[in-house]
Amino acid sequence: MSEPKLHVPAVPARPGETPDFSYVNLAPAGAVMKPDPRVPVAETVALAESLIRVLDEQGKACGPWNPKLSPDRLIVGLREMLLTRVFDDRMQRTQRQGRITFYIRSYGEEAVSVAAAAALARSDMLFPSYRNQGLFIARGVSLVELMCQLLSNTRDMCKGRQLPVMYHAAEENIFSLSGNLATQFPQAVGWSMAAAIKGESRIAAAWIGEGSTAAADFHHALTFAKVYKAPVILNVVNNQWAISTFQGYAGGEQRSFAARGPGVGIAGLRVDGNDYLAVYAATQWAAERARCGEGATLIELVTYRAGAHSTSDDPTRYRPREEFAEWPLGDPAERLKQHLIQLGAWSESQHAALLAELEETVATAWKQAMAYGTLSEGPKLDPKLMFSDVYKNMPEHLRLQCEQMEREA
Amino acid sequence: MTIMNMVQALNSAMDVMLARDSSVVVLGEDVGYFGGVFRVTDALQKKYGAHRVLDTPIAEGGIVGAAIGMGVNGLRPVAEIQFADYIYPAYDQIVSELARLRYRSAAAFTAPLTIRTPCGGGIRGGQTHSQSPEGVFAHVSGIKTVMPSNPYDAKGLLIAAIEDDDPVIFFEPKRLYNGPFDGDPERPAQAWTNHPMAEVPEGYYRLEIGKAAVARAGGAVTMVTYGTMVHVCIAAAEAEGIDAEVIDIRSMMPLDIDTIAQSVEKTGRCLIAHEATRFAGFGAELSASIQEHCFWSLEAPIARVAGWDTPYPHAFEWHYFPGKQRVRRSLRQLMQIEG
Ligand SMILES: Cc1ncc(C[n+]2csc(CCOP(=O)(O)OP(=O)(O)O)c2C)c(N)n1
Repeated sequence: MSEPKLHVPAVPARPGETPDFSYVNLAPAGAVMKPDPRVPVAETVALAESLIRVLDEQGKACGPWNPKLSPDRLIVGLREMLLTRVFDDRMQRTQRQGRITFYIRSYGEEAVSVAAAAALARSDMLFPSYRNQGLFIARGVSLVELMCQLLSNTRDMCKGRQLPVMYHAAEENIFSLSGNLATQFPQAVGWSMAAAIKGESRIAAAWIGEGSTAAADFHHALTFAKVYKAPVILNVVNNQWAISTFQGYAGGEQRSFAARGPGVGIAGLRVDGNDYLAVYAATQWAAERARCGEGATLIELVTYRAGAHSTSDDPTRYRPREEFAEWPLGDPAERLKQHLIQLGAWSESQHAALLAELEETVATAWKQAMAYGTLSEGPKLDPKLMFSDVYKNMPEHLRLQCEQMEREA
Repeated sequence: MTIMNMVQALNSAMDVMLARDSSVVVLGEDVGYFGGVFRVTDALQKKYGAHRVLDTPIAEGGIVGAAIGMGVNGLRPVAEIQFADYIYPAYDQIVSELARLRYRSAAAFTAPLTIRTPCGGGIRGGQTHSQSPEGVFAHVSGIKTVMPSNPYDAKGLLIAAIEDDDPVIFFEPKRLYNGPFDGDPERPAQAWTNHPMAEVPEGYYRLEIGKAAVARAGGAVTMVTYGTMVHVCIAAAEAEGIDAEVIDIRSMMPLDIDTIAQSVEKTGRCLIAHEATRFAGFGAELSASIQEHCFWSLEAPIARVAGWDTPYPHAFEWHYFPGKQRVRRSLRQLMQIEG
C-alpha cells in the first residue's frame, strides 16, 4: 500500500544536467487532421492533445493544415519575425548600457505573434502579454514609437507612467499592457462579448504565458467564453518556463494546456508555436469558428523561451545553458527561412541582406527615438503629466498636489 | 553577531524557523529552487527539501488560499507574494477568509500565516513593482501588518510573525534590501555594512510585534514613520539641523501609540511620513490617533508627507517619491509655526 505523498513536479534538467525534452509530446508534420471550423467541441479533443505542425524537418509544408500562403506573404512573415528579433537584441543592449531601465525579449517565440497577426483581420482586437511585441511590429506600429515608450521620453505613448514594454496601440487595435499577469484574458472575452452584443463581426484574441494559466483570471476567461460562446481566441504561449519554474508548475505534466479548452467546453488546438504556417492556420481556423458563431478556441502554442525572462533575470541559475540548442521544435525564423529556400523563393544571400537592412532600420529608428530624450539626457517630459489621467477631470486634491510639486521643484 | 543585509537577515529568520519548528513551510512563486527573485529564500529548499519550501503556480489567490488550508491543518506557512503589487488576486482570501476565520468560527479554526511581500519604490519598477499597500491591509480587522526598516528588526520581527498565531502581513521595503536609503537617488547606493542595525545574531531571537522603536532621539519635533522613510526622515532632520525624534512604528497593527504619544507630548510637534499615497493612507490613522491622544500638547497642526495620490509613475519616480527635499521642506514649515 502506498501513502499519499506530495507530488513535486520534476524539472527535466537543471544547470549542469543534460537537457531533456522527452516530456514534450510531438507529432510529425502533417499528421493531424483538420476538421471544419464549425465542428462540435468534442471533435477537438484529439487536436488539443496532439500537435498541429505544417513544416517538417526538411522545411517542406505538409498536411491539411498548410495554409498555402504565397511566398511573398511568407517573406513578409520572415521579415516581421527577424525585425522583432533584431529590435529585441538592440533594445536589450541599450538596457545593458543603462539607456532604458528594463526590457523583455521574445527570442525564440516570434512566430507566435507575427503569424497570428497575419491571420487576423486588422479590425480584430488584440490583448497581448509583455512577450507579444511581434503583434505591434506586425501591425505596423513604428519602431520609433515603441522605442520612445521604452525610453519614457517626450514622445512616450504612456506619458512616462509605465515600465518599458507596457505599450498600447489604440489605432492598431492593440490593448494596453498590464504588469499584472492574466488580467487581459477575461477582458478580451468581454470585448468580444460586446462585439457580439453590438452585432459586429470583429473578434478578439488574447495571449498569456503557460505559467499565468494558474491565475484565476485564466479560468474566468474560459468560463465566460464558454457560457456566452464568445467570439474570442485565447492563446496560451507555452514557452516551457515561467521565470524559474517550468511548465509542470502550471499543471502541464502529462496534460496539455489546450486540453483545458474542451475540458471547459470550448475548442482546443495544440500547435507547434515555432511553425509560422501552423500558427497561421490554427489562428485562421479559430477566427473562422469565432466569426461564424461557434465560439471561442483555446490555442496552446508550444514554443521555448530562448532568452532570459527579462533583463532582471539570469536563467543559467535554474536551467541548462544548452536547452535551446536541444529544443525539438527549433527556431521559428530558421524554419521559415529553410522553407522559403526550399521553395526556391529565398537564398542565404537574400537573408543576409535582409538582416543587414533590418539592423540598419533599427539603428536609424533608435537615433530618431533618442533625439526625443531619455530618462537621463535630452528633453524631458513635464512631471505635471503624473497628475493627469488619474481621473477624467483632475480632482481638487490632485490639483493642489500638482501645484505643490511645481512650487517645490 | 554577523553583518547582514536585509535579504540575508530575512533568509536567516526563515532558516532558523524551518530548523526549529517542523510545521513551518515556505511557499511562493520562484521561492524554491531559484531562491526567490530577490534571493530572500536562497538555499532554503536545498536545505529543507521541496516538501517544506515549495515553488507554487502563479496564482496569489491560490497561494494564500492553500496556505490557509495548510495553516488550518497544523502547519505554519510563510507565503511569499513576489511583489506587493501582485497581492490583489489574493485579496478575497486575505480579507474575507484569513482575517475573519478565527472570529467567524469562534476560534474553532485558525490559520497562523505569515505573508511576506516586497513593497515600495525607488527601484524604477513602475506602477506594478513599487506600491505600498500597507494601509489597505491595516484597515482590515483580524490581521497584523508589519514593516521593518533594517536587518536586525527584519529578522526579529519575521521570527515573531512566524510564531504569531494571528495572521501577519510582513511588508519588506525592497529599496532597503541591500542598503539603507536616505531618499537621494543621486548619491551612490549605500550598503548595510556600517549600519549598527546590520549587526544581526545568527540564531533565534524575536522582537515583539507592536512596539515602536526610537530610531533617532530628539526633543524638537516627532517624526512618525516606517520602512524606507525612516532613513529619509533621519537624513532630512540631520540636513535641517533639527533635533527631531524619529519613531519607526515597525507595525501598523498593533500600533504602539504610547511610544508615539510620549514623544509628541514631549516635542509638541509631529510630522508623519510614508511612501504610500496620502489620501486615506495609514498616515490618516496615525494623525487621528495622535490628535486624540496629544491634542493638548500639540503646538502646531500635524504635518503629513506622502506619495502623491496617483499610481506610481515610472519616469517621474523621483518627483513622486517623498524624498529628502520634500520632508525637509515640510519639517521646516512645521518648525516655523508659532506654538
Ligand atoms: C499577478 C502577478 N503575479 C506575479 C507576477 C510576477 N511575474 C511576472 S512574469 C512572471 C512569470 C510568468 O510566466 P509565464 O506566464 O509563463 O509567461 P512568460 O514570462 O514565460 O512569457 C511572474 C511570476 C506578475 N507580474 N503578476
